[in-house]
Amino acid sequence: MLSQHALHQNRRSFLSRTSLGIGSVALASMLGRGHIATAADDALAQGVVKLLHHPARVKRVVHLCMAGGPSHLETLDEKPKLTEMNGQPMPKEFTDGQQIAQLQGQKLNCFAPQFPFESFGESGQRICNQFPHLGTVADDLCIIRSMHTDQINHDPAHTLFNTGSSQAGRPSMGSWLLYGLGQECHDLPGYVVLTSVGKGGQSQPIAARQWHSGFLPSRFQGVQFQASGAPVMYLNRPDGVTMEQQQQLVQTVNHLNRQFDSVVDDPEITTRIQQYEMAFRMQMSVPGLMDMSSETKETFDMYGTQGGDGTFASNCLLARRLLERDVRFVQLYHRGWDHHGGIKNSMEITAKEVDKATAAFIQDLKRTGLYDDTLLVWGGEFGRTPMAQGSGRDHHIKGFSLFLSGGAVKGGLAYGNTDELGYNATENPVHVRDFHATLLHLFGIDHHKLSYRFQGLDQRLTGVEQAHVISEILS
Amino acid sequence: MLRFQLFCFTLMNVCLFSDAVQAELEFNRDIRPILSNKCFACHGPDANKREADLRLDQAASATQVRGEYQVVFPGDAEQSELVSRILSHDSDEQMPPPEFNKPLTVEEISLLKQWIVEGAKWQDHWSFSPLTRPELTGLETQVSNHSSIDTAILAELKKRGMDQLEVADPRTLLRRLSFDITGLPPTPEDVRAFELDHSQTSYETAVDQLLQSPHFGERMAIYWLDLVRYADTLGYHGDQERSVSPYRDYVINAFNKNMPFDQFTIENLAGDLLPEPTLDQKVASTYNRLNRASGEGGVQPKEYLAKYVSDRVRTTGAVWLGTTIGCAECHDHKFDPFTTKDFYSFGAFFADVKEQGIVSGANYIEQMPVPTPEQSQQEATLKDKLASLQNQYDARSPELEAAYVEWQSAGLKSGGLWEVITPVSATGDSGTTLTILEDKAVLASGTNPDRETYQVKFQTMAQQIAAVRIEILPDSSLPNNGPGRAGNGNLVVNAIGMTSGDQTATWKTAVASHSQDGFEAKQLAENNSQGWALLPETGKAHQLILVAKEPLQLAELEQGSLHSFQLTIQQNHGSNHTIGKFRVHIATEPLEANEALASTEMVELLKLGAGERSAEQEQQLFNMFRASTPLLKNIREELALIKKQLTDLQQSVLTTLVTVSTTPREMRVLPRGDWMNDTGEIVQPAVPTFLSQSDPAMSNAERRNRLDLAKWLVARENPLVARTFVNRLWMLFFGQGLSRSVDDLGSQGEWPTHPELIDWLAVEFIENGWNVKHMIKLIVMSHTYRLSSTPTAQLQKRDPYNYFYGRQSRWRLDAEMVRDNALSISDLLVTQVGGKSARPYQPAGYWDQLNFPKRTYQHDTNQNQYRRGLYTHWQRTFLHPSMLAFDAPSREECTAQRERSNTPLQALVLLNDPTYVEAARVFAEHIVQQATAPEDRLNWAYQKAMQRNANDEELAVLSGLLEQQVAYYTSNPEEANKLAASGLAPSANADTIEVAAWTGIARVILNLKETITRY
Repeated sequence: MLSQHALHQNRRSFLSRTSLGIGSVALASMLGRGHIATAADDALAQGVVKLLHHPARVKRVVHLCMAGGPSHLETLDEKPKLTEMNGQPMPKEFTDGQQIAQLQGQKLNCFAPQFPFESFGESGQRICNQFPHLGTVADDLCIIRSMHTDQINHDPAHTLFNTGSSQAGRPSMGSWLLYGLGQECHDLPGYVVLTSVGKGGQSQPIAARQWHSGFLPSRFQGVQFQASGAPVMYLNRPDGVTMEQQQQLVQTVNHLNRQFDSVVDDPEITTRIQQYEMAFRMQMSVPGLMDMSSETKETFDMYGTQGGDGTFASNCLLARRLLERDVRFVQLYHRGWDHHGGIKNSMEITAKEVDKATAAFIQDLKRTGLYDDTLLVWGGEFGRTPMAQGSGRDHHIKGFSLFLSGGAVKGGLAYGNTDELGYNATENPVHVRDFHATLLHLFGIDHHKLSYRFQGLDQRLTGVEQAHVISEILS
Repeated sequence: MLRFQLFCFTLMNVCLFSDAVQAELEFNRDIRPILSNKCFACHGPDANKREADLRLDQAASATQVRGEYQVVFPGDAEQSELVSRILSHDSDEQMPPPEFNKPLTVEEISLLKQWIVEGAKWQDHWSFSPLTRPELTGLETQVSNHSSIDTAILAELKKRGMDQLEVADPRTLLRRLSFDITGLPPTPEDVRAFELDHSQTSYETAVDQLLQSPHFGERMAIYWLDLVRYADTLGYHGDQERSVSPYRDYVINAFNKNMPFDQFTIENLAGDLLPEPTLDQKVASTYNRLNRASGEGGVQPKEYLAKYVSDRVRTTGAVWLGTTIGCAECHDHKFDPFTTKDFYSFGAFFADVKEQGIVSGANYIEQMPVPTPEQSQQEATLKDKLASLQNQYDARSPELEAAYVEWQSAGLKSGGLWEVITPVSATGDSGTTLTILEDKAVLASGTNPDRETYQVKFQTMAQQIAAVRIEILPDSSLPNNGPGRAGNGNLVVNAIGMTSGDQTATWKTAVASHSQDGFEAKQLAENNSQGWALLPETGKAHQLILVAKEPLQLAELEQGSLHSFQLTIQQNHGSNHTIGKFRVHIATEPLEANEALASTEMVELLKLGAGERSAEQEQQLFNMFRASTPLLKNIREELALIKKQLTDLQQSVLTTLVTVSTTPREMRVLPRGDWMNDTGEIVQPAVPTFLSQSDPAMSNAERRNRLDLAKWLVARENPLVARTFVNRLWMLFFGQGLSRSVDDLGSQGEWPTHPELIDWLAVEFIENGWNVKHMIKLIVMSHTYRLSSTPTAQLQKRDPYNYFYGRQSRWRLDAEMVRDNALSISDLLVTQVGGKSARPYQPAGYWDQLNFPKRTYQHDTNQNQYRRGLYTHWQRTFLHPSMLAFDAPSREECTAQRERSNTPLQALVLLNDPTYVEAARVFAEHIVQQATAPEDRLNWAYQKAMQRNANDEELAVLSGLLEQQVAYYTSNPEEANKLAASGLAPSANADTIEVAAWTGIARVILNLKETITRY
């Protein structure tokens, strides 16, 4: 901090030497094409990890968060034995003394998987037949079938998956990454959140806590892009104000602030000037980001969207554009996976909403050269019971599945397994915190070493329990 | 940024404090931070994780002779195993172990050695030590106007060879004082007056006036509500609303009344347990209900009850003890002597709080109405009136008795006129399911369309129909018991047609047992489409009678003597105002509608005859008479009016969740925090063991309760509560605590920069009866508080973070105050104190992620739009985005110190949030109204916003911008119209070009750093 402070002082004196000039020059150049602010200009760019703990394999993440808890038994985890036992009581040795959500006090009977699985790709990955497009990229999927978590209700389970703790007030993984590594884009937030609802079943409520920076400085918060109105809140200018006027206004504010700085000598003023410049850059760049006219018909067809309609598919396309612009962490929620009843019908609907677009996304990452250093994560906060809840399944935390994709993980691999009824993660269990350790590892960060002092503790994303990097899945 | 500085400060700690100022080391200041951070995790209070049975937080364990060695050998570094271990490079020997990732620095190693050489003296942790008033010395001469605070501050500065800056200029000082005490800016007039006379006396007068302002309580509430995590919603999953705003009013009033903090503490934790608690004291106990709670289906109640208890322990520990006792939920505390048993014993104090694990629907347990004094008064008046009217209504007179006899005979007669008739079919055009019941009534169910037309077909032996009577009946399956299907049980019938073959009846008269104002039954005979409705008389049976001008001749069916007819009941009002249940009667001979209004029930009673009716039936009949006789019409109407006023009043009274004490639940230690594990020891309410010497009631054998807990907190012997509070109070006036970790005064917290001062202030606080205003006055009257905040280059170099108060600190205003300031500058601010939460403008779609139920945000369109930020509706999972941008916390957990960030989103809020655009527009209207020349206008605007005139450069720059704005809007007047129409506030100026141009200037001013900063 001392050296950072010294740096700050230098930057300050540099700015004060050119007191009237630099801001307007910088702003003017922003209106031109191809302006790239340098890292030194930008307070946001700095991360605390100055020297990576080991070489990084990925630069950015896209987390396709399947909110509500997708059934592993109708997606990625094939259980023929459960089909055999359909309608029979679930053996008590599985369920005695275990947590139960909505099935509290009810009969626990086995419920057969509702769809057959098929082999896909050269690797022969077994995937539910409702995901034929994912099948076409099966050799790029690294499936983990042995996830487990601690929280059986949506809100705390989401919070645990995103922040490593079920307690509110902890930073989300995207915030940890920005805190550690800073951000690379200079006209967009480093951490963007997109959401979409589905047509199958009830929509999960999602708290802004899921992308909050918790006790970390709030500049590391995720910024939610809205499906309606201005994509970024408060991005639209007031009615009756042109972009040029807005620019004059920002220039005037910065000019007067700079002048005032010469009176009070307040380093916060320099930061504020930079933030107004950043805000203005965002106002300039977001319309271009959202303008899909440069996309080809082939791309639209591949994703199955025309873009801009707030669907999961259109969010995938937008996510690719964000990643291209060096946004470090994009989180994309699909809120339609809570299939307590009518899972067969709901799964058919929800699978269609995500299957094609997810596969397209992976292919598009390859096409645009982003695949190698992007990590794609697909999964929910927990899985669903092997037991029936009417014609659906209840929340389940002892075993569930997700998949990863990208150059840094082994495609065509299925790692870990649950028991023959899909209840417990038995082979190579992976706790959520192991996933977090692995995520940080891929960015060149040792999860033990990225910490922040809060309430007397050096807090970490992976918490105080042992967490392990799953090295077997890394390519 | 502040957090980040704090974080870095721990690294600098050592060099700052060793600074060659004090020769001899002090354990608490120099050594404990090192041991705590690097060693206690394995050699500290946590018994389960302790290695080698060694505690470095206790002298006895560390200096114990262990066979051939001692870990610490006071006076001899060579013979101390600790020293050889920390110097070792052998990874098996080295301490801390390399895999712990917390190596000691060279400075730390040298300090540890020096401390051992100097005799290795341990001290109890400073904040846990008994609280006594230290002598504040170190200055030979006292300067007039200097307080004890200044003595302590100056002594420390002097030791370090540093000086204090000059006092701030009067304008800056009054702005500072005003923001710090009320959260609002001063008026230009106040500043001008203070500039003319800024003597000690006039400064003190200003302080006193501000402390007397009703806005003082609001300012303090902003901070207190962060601590106790006040919010308007549950916080988990669906994040449903719950009403607790009376608690906010209680907090504001308590600070305004200067309620002693010990009493405030007792009322918060145990107001409900006080003898004969007042309404306010019960409201105070809402504190115990402010935890997050879940309404998610599938919640395991036992798990969530455990979550709620630990939430309360965590929060109460943080709010009053300033410690992290919450860390002991799963294991003994690693750094402070809180055991897991302490945690659950503390939790047992709250085991009596009546609540449910899952909050279902809107049934929040123990919702209590909290009328304002005015509302209580109004309620009493209305109830008096009601009682007196009821007496009049109940009185019997000869005139009434005579009318009763007449009414009975008319009723008997009319009863004979009607024949109840069963429909052969009943359908709804828009899909309502109509079921014909055994008692010949028709019940609506299923689809509940906005509008509906019923088609009901009949067959009868009668050849003509002169009148129909439709009984409208309540039913428990209907909303609010019906009889309508609208949410409040109301209905609107717009037209009733009666046809047979090609014949259609036309109505002569239509009467009903009751008609809603403006929705009279007679309209049904007048073809007026407004319709007939029932408010407020829903939930009971009604009669509607329609008399035809000419009896309708019925078409004959083929079979012979049977005839058919059809009723068509149109209900076009919308919002489900349709009939829920009805029964049809016909009369074949012409009759007078008014005389025929006898209900089936009444006719049945009349048929019984006077001798056969029970007393109850007799009363029932008399009630029916009173409900319809014209003699009592006036009283009936008056009664209905008063009843409605009373209901409206009662519905407008705010409610809160109070604490109600019930049989305490059994509390056990949960091993590793696992709520499913029932093997842990059963615990009784008890304060943390290592602090129990300060518990005056320890010997009490009875089960302890929350009142005991509260009394222990504010006992003179409790070392933590006063220290915690004054440290935070200091932060509100200097931007940082004396111990900067205001959320943790435990072992991992920061050693105070001025340990004697914090103790002195704590004792002063207690000995003055926990008098909050006294403490604030003491702080702001100090010379140190009044210093300039602009550092000299030298001061900036010596003490960049202002740890030693050579100057004041400066900071961006809190989220709520950024808003209040803008509304205040534009004179839009509503200064009413207290009341329900307000809903300012919010971007559309921000609540899209909420569900159960889905919600659409509706901003307030009345004066509530312009309330202070602290009244903003606090949606925990989606806090208002402009509050969030300026670092307001979600209040899911206790927040003792807010982040103070500086982000692009803040710029976007001030530039584009409609609240600020509207404030700028209204500000602009005022600017142009106040003066004519641009320079005068600019000066007036600067005075309003910053209480000073604009300087030459500001005038030049803004005049330039103004010219551009005027030029643009003159050639684009329609754009000017748009900008000049911003917001809901009425416009005072028709010259939209001028308003739009000046709105640009006003927006600049509201965006300036100076505007939103307290210097």
